[in-house]
Amino acid sequence: MTFFLIVTLNGLTLAALYFLAASGFTLIFGLMRTVNMAHGALLLLGGYVGFEVAKTTGIWPLAILGGGLAAALVGAIIQFGILGRFQGDELRQTLASIALSIIMADLMLWFWGGITYQVAMPDALAGGFRLPLLGVGYATIRLVLIAFAIVVGIALWLVIAKTRLGAIIRAGVDDREMLRALGFDVAKIFVVVFALGGLLAGMAGVVAASALSISPGTDLQFLLSSLVVVIVGGMGSVGGAALGALLIGLAEQYGLAYAPTYGVVFTFAIMVLVLAVRPQGLLGRSEA
Amino acid sequence: MFTNLRAITMTSILALGVFTAPASAEDIKIGVISILEGAFAALGQDGIRGAELAVAEAGGEVAGNKIEVITMSSDASPDSAVNAARKLIEQDGVDIIVGPLSGSEGLALRDLSKSYPAVTFLNGSSAAQDTTLRDSSDNFFRFGGDGAQWMAGVGNYAHDDLGYQKVAVVAEDYSFPYTQVLGFMTEFCAAGGSVPDKFWTPIGTKDYSSVVYSIPSDVDAIFVALGGADAVNFLTQYNQAGGDKPIIGGSITIDQSILDSEGPFKKQLIGAPAGTPTVSDLDGTEWKAFTASYTEHFPDGFTAPSIFAHHYYMSAHAAVLALEEVKGDLSGDQAAFRAALSDLQFVTPTGGTMRLDENRNGIVDNFVTEVFEREDGTLGNRVVKIISDVDQSLGQDPSAFLAQGPVSRDNPSCP
Repeated sequence: MTFFLIVTLNGLTLAALYFLAASGFTLIFGLMRTVNMAHGALLLLGGYVGFEVAKTTGIWPLAILGGGLAAALVGAIIQFGILGRFQGDELRQTLASIALSIIMADLMLWFWGGITYQVAMPDALAGGFRLPLLGVGYATIRLVLIAFAIVVGIALWLVIAKTRLGAIIRAGVDDREMLRALGFDVAKIFVVVFALGGLLAGMAGVVAASALSISPGTDLQFLLSSLVVVIVGGMGSVGGAALGALLIGLAEQYGLAYAPTYGVVFTFAIMVLVLAVRPQGLLGRSEA
Repeated sequence: MFTNLRAITMTSILALGVFTAPASAEDIKIGVISILEGAFAALGQDGIRGAELAVAEAGGEVAGNKIEVITMSSDASPDSAVNAARKLIEQDGVDIIVGPLSGSEGLALRDLSKSYPAVTFLNGSSAAQDTTLRDSSDNFFRFGGDGAQWMAGVGNYAHDDLGYQKVAVVAEDYSFPYTQVLGFMTEFCAAGGSVPDKFWTPIGTKDYSSVVYSIPSDVDAIFVALGGADAVNFLTQYNQAGGDKPIIGGSITIDQSILDSEGPFKKQLIGAPAGTPTVSDLDGTEWKAFTASYTEHFPDGFTAPSIFAHHYYMSAHAAVLALEEVKGDLSGDQAAFRAALSDLQFVTPTGGTMRLDENRNGIVDNFVTEVFEREDGTLGNRVVKIISDVDQSLGQDPSAFLAQGPVSRDNPSCP
């Protein structure tokens, strides 16, 4: 029983990380219909920058902010300089973002090398502590991770539900042409949303580099998990990303614990099932 | 119009004939396959350096024949290695292939080598057991050990010197770690130890927390055969969960890059034993000369040759020596060259004598190392034992060793 609870807790913490990674991805898709294949590269970039910031300043929250801002900036540049040129041509945008992800991954490999990085955390977070009731040690950072994901999730919901920017984004999701006709500068809004998606990816990268580690290849792992999460949860829905992350995170951990060799099958079995029964995703809206 | 078309066709055929004419007999082409993309890129690059070093030391030529080195990248998957080899053979027309890097790639190239009897394959650093032990190929040579040979001495050291009785295994789920676990368990189980649980995890697993909590609490130590980022992730998460069992390392688990990375898990590694054929700061004249030659040729390389540079070097070096012996003669499907390879003996960078067994697999010297804290607080590996002349059946009777069956997740077993 203790083991089951621990594995469940592991699943929740992993789900928190997947949610952080997938929320920006789903946000960008929801508004622009762009499948941003460079999302994983932005995440990895955020992780690397976070590592550098933590090494220079020694302040962990600053590392999260720095990594997030760096990825936000690069995300904005990508949308402003490249993807924005092909607005409305989603296939071409997706192909361009694949090219970008490969170029960015190689540039990062060139700059940071093939070794593994972990972001140094304050002592209070770096260790583990004994869980009450269960009586086993547990990594502090993983619990912080859940709290962080909840805070980000609520903040994101507030931004989208309560602010003017959120209203514009929601309007854009529903009808881009109408939004444009009403006089909003859609191109600028797209850049802002891309930056917001980059910010979320970058912060997720720093958190991933703290709780786990980052190395070349991490970008593709998180891109894949984000894709699976939003396919299961529903493209463009933040709530769907949370639900999808929860399902995938738990499935992966139960798989690793109870059937280590075939763990990855569970993840994709869920995806296949969702695609077969509800192709638009659990909380997704079908295209009219 | 028609005559014109015919003329063009004729010219094209003639032109094709010119291009497909055999390359000048004096040039010897060596194709090197290593992993130059993804997580292994930095290590794969070092493998290439090893092969280039051997050719450069020979002055880039053998008995007046120029040696041309052509490199190709694979991505650790068997089919990518096969594609790279096909391209090298069919488009570049190489005579000799040196590579690949990773375990399952080696098995794939061993199979491929049977379809290209005119090309000689020299293994890079891939170390799956069955590449040479079972179903071996006449034109596939391995001037190095397999993953089991690389663990020689560790099982006995863990049982006899460290007093471990029960050890759990955490390893990646493919042929190389299987072979490493076999090497460890063969000695450890024979000495009286037991391995109650083995955890096979996919390569690239980020989150080991559920494996961490599955490890039985009554084991004396954990044998960890994970590489690179996987090892860092597992060790960090084990440490964070309050795990305090001693660690025993595989050949690529506790290398210098892991000892140089940051994290509180490092303290737990002090005293951890591991088995390896390559010790970066080995104290021997041959190794020092090898390192000096390496740093002279590659100022931007690592501070010392890695296990990959070491093994690619030995294979390319063997090729150069055998070519010198036959004066660059590769005629008759390279028969003389292969005979020279089979009988070759040379002094390795670690000071031993390299020679092959009848399956064309190296008989090697192996090192048991342990992690120690240097005076400046950094960690390094030092040699505690040298095991000489380790053959592929680990000193057992070859037929009895073969009868134990091919290595797999469940073989060997001593719960």
